[in-house]
Amino acid sequence: MATVRADARMWVDRLAAAAETLARAGRSVSFMEVCGTHTVNAFRSGLHGLMPANVRLLSGPGCPVCVTSQGDIDLLIELGMRSVNAQNGRGIVLCTYGDMMRVTGAAGSLELARSRGADVRVVYSALDAVKLAAVKQDQGGRGDVVFAAVGFETTAPATACAVLEAQRRGLTNFAVLASHKLIMPALRALLGTFTTEARRHGTGLNVDGFLLPGHVSVILGADVFAPIVQDYAFPCVIAGFEPVQILSGLTRLTEMAAESKPQLENMYPQAVTARGNRVAQTVMEQVFEPIDACWRALGVLKGSGLGVRAQYQAYDAAAKYGLVAVEGKEPPGCRCGEVITGRCTPGECPLFGRVCTPIDPIGPCMVSSEGVCAAWFKYGGQKLEVVSPKGGGA
Amino acid sequence: MCLAVPAKLLTCVNGEGVVDLHGSQIQVSTVLVPEAGIGDWVLVHAGFAIQRLDEDEAAETFALLADMERAQAETHHEDAKARKETRGAG
Repeated sequence: MATVRADARMWVDRLAAAAETLARAGRSVSFMEVCGTHTVNAFRSGLHGLMPANVRLLSGPGCPVCVTSQGDIDLLIELGMRSVNAQNGRGIVLCTYGDMMRVTGAAGSLELARSRGADVRVVYSALDAVKLAAVKQDQGGRGDVVFAAVGFETTAPATACAVLEAQRRGLTNFAVLASHKLIMPALRALLGTFTTEARRHGTGLNVDGFLLPGHVSVILGADVFAPIVQDYAFPCVIAGFEPVQILSGLTRLTEMAAESKPQLENMYPQAVTARGNRVAQTVMEQVFEPIDACWRALGVLKGSGLGVRAQYQAYDAAAKYGLVAVEGKEPPGCRCGEVITGRCTPGECPLFGRVCTPIDPIGPCMVSSEGVCAAWFKYGGQKLEVVSPKGGGA
Repeated sequence: MCLAVPAKLLTCVNGEGVVDLHGSQIQVSTVLVPEAGIGDWVLVHAGFAIQRLDEDEAAETFALLADMERAQAETHHEDAKARKETRGAG
């Protein structure tokens, strides 16, 4: 007990000292985390309340549900609805991670599809979907199993393993609808808008450093982020998920800003190595190839998604059912896109807390338990909005 | 979504394992951590072990976690005691 408290105290003191240095220079700083688990844990632990007035932690495009484009969401729900409408008994069992159930598209949500008779099931692991397909095939059952694959590099190797396992078992009734995203193209897209000129005018990325996602880094390795520091002189700290780990990461970012010494620092060495999990990387590369993908708020980014390679096309639901994403309209008034690029806070969205609530969410950031709007709503984020961000705001 | 939790491997055969997670036994795939063996700590994400954790460093992290759980339990205990005393005094 003494250890944790002493450790936390030390980081809080260091954070205060670095913030004081910045305050004397008339500077306030904002850092961006790009991981839904960081978002939730920072709020849940009360970290925002410990932060000095001139240091802010914003949430970036790190929640997979929140960055999934409206077109991809519509596609997924259409596939779910298709199993309701199937006339010939060749229906589809759609397996998904729980987070996607309530996201709303043009034709409703997967939850709605299920209430209308679609066979939509929440799975914990991609392999559960493979096992379900195997049982169906063994029993001579008709119909296919489709696994809706979302997530960053932490999750993509699991999907790749599911495809390989389906192949090993000789399954012909299993496919994945992949909308995996890659973190580096998103960071580069954000940094592309980061110029001194843009900052002066209050446009572009208004952020002084990245708190990098610990578990994406477990797969990719710390070295993959080195170009950000080299190309943009931008402070980057890889952090774990315990409150003290997030605090220590935030402290190091503040110290780097105060000393004007941008570096890449791995503050989660318990799990993150320089080169990452090579086996996971190899499996991912074997099954997937980088493709251009559409992100909410960021638009189409080159090589930012993962498509199933031609040799595994039999397991690609998009190819199997001839599905093409058509970019639809985002919900009117919804500012999720601006929220996840640090351009506005949830409290500045006209829908937040009024018509968009966790019980009846409109935007994906309110739907996802890891979304920043959901976290704001649950942990009273609006009360934390005491610091006016540079360039105006709440 | 990218949540991963540390757990101890109890069995590990042909890419399939069982971990102890806060007393529950959960099936995981170990194909992504071929170097992991019985007794190792691993990070588990969506049914897959994704990293073998260095034992010394893992121990340090988990000591911290255990400390925090104890601290929370003590705080709750103290709170409950304080409430009881307040009620008694009132």
